[in-house]
Amino acid sequence: MTQLYDKLRAAIRAEQPVATATLISGAGPIGAKLLLWPAGTIEGSLGDARLDAVARDAAAPLLARGVSRQVELADLGVTLFVESFVPPPSLFMVGGVHIAVALASMARVLGFRTVVVDARAAFASEERFAHVSELVLEWPDVALAGRLDARSCVAVLTHDPKLDDPALRVALRSPACYIGVLGSPATHAKRLARLSAEGFSEQELARIHGPIGLAIGAKTPEEIALSILAQIVAVQRKA
Amino acid sequence: MLQHYLDQIDSWLARGERVAVATVVQTIGSAPQQAGAKLFVTTGGAMAGSVSGGCIEGAVFAACQEVLASGQARLLHFGVADETAWEAGLACGGTIAVFVEVLG
Repeated sequence: MTQLYDKLRAAIRAEQPVATATLISGAGPIGAKLLLWPAGTIEGSLGDARLDAVARDAAAPLLARGVSRQVELADLGVTLFVESFVPPPSLFMVGGVHIAVALASMARVLGFRTVVVDARAAFASEERFAHVSELVLEWPDVALAGRLDARSCVAVLTHDPKLDDPALRVALRSPACYIGVLGSPATHAKRLARLSAEGFSEQELARIHGPIGLAIGAKTPEEIALSILAQIVAVQRKA
Repeated sequence: MLQHYLDQIDSWLARGERVAVATVVQTIGSAPQQAGAKLFVTTGGAMAGSVSGGCIEGAVFAACQEVLASGQARLLHFGVADETAWEAGLACGGTIAVFVEVLG
């Protein structure tokens, strides 16, 4: 137990994702605990090898999404509490535009790690984005490749297909939990037609929230940022 | 939530205290804290964190002290259907399950 806490503590300090599964009721040693790492390895035991394996399989998808909840294993007559300890999720903003300035500020308040990506130095300037966690001066497809996990959110904001489309291609092939793109319904219809012609299915394209944000009649960059974040929270909370 | 309390826990453990942790494991209906919310209580009676808006903290604090004494982890339920919980004053109308265990 002490060893498990020490490992848990070290992982949290190092911002490494980890989950615990604790036996909270039923037949077995109440309070027994194991640690689960994203690779699927476990440490500790709930007192039974078969239960450990079932707990691992139940906890893995929760860890991937950063969810903590009770899991009832009726077959085995036990209830577990799975708790995910994960670093803050990232919001990737494609386009160092005016809306990104406000969106990054407000996303930070909500606990996001903020990343702004733009290939254009005039937009992705330190002066405009001193407040973000990370500023990447690079083409969006290069910058996003391999960086989107199941908790990542992507807001595509440039209005320019040369930058927007490459970002969407990478996002659509990733497990990102939220993909939103700025632009009018007409612009969005053209965008969907282009991506469809490239071979993306209707189901894949349905992951894109476009026009981005909840329909609250937002006008200012701050209001648009609010509508985007409200939509992200709704998706995260499955509202 | 645990990440905010690591320093506090370190300092408690360093001065030889034992620590109980109460974790919200389930909420049904309106509840002020989500699953994973934690209250920490030491053998010396120090406290940090929260498992509710304050309404069941007293009862959970007492349970933490019992668990520190017995070493036996426990699952507690609070809610409108439970007389003692109503006495504990869960006025928000929800039900909360809280697991109490010894940390470290």
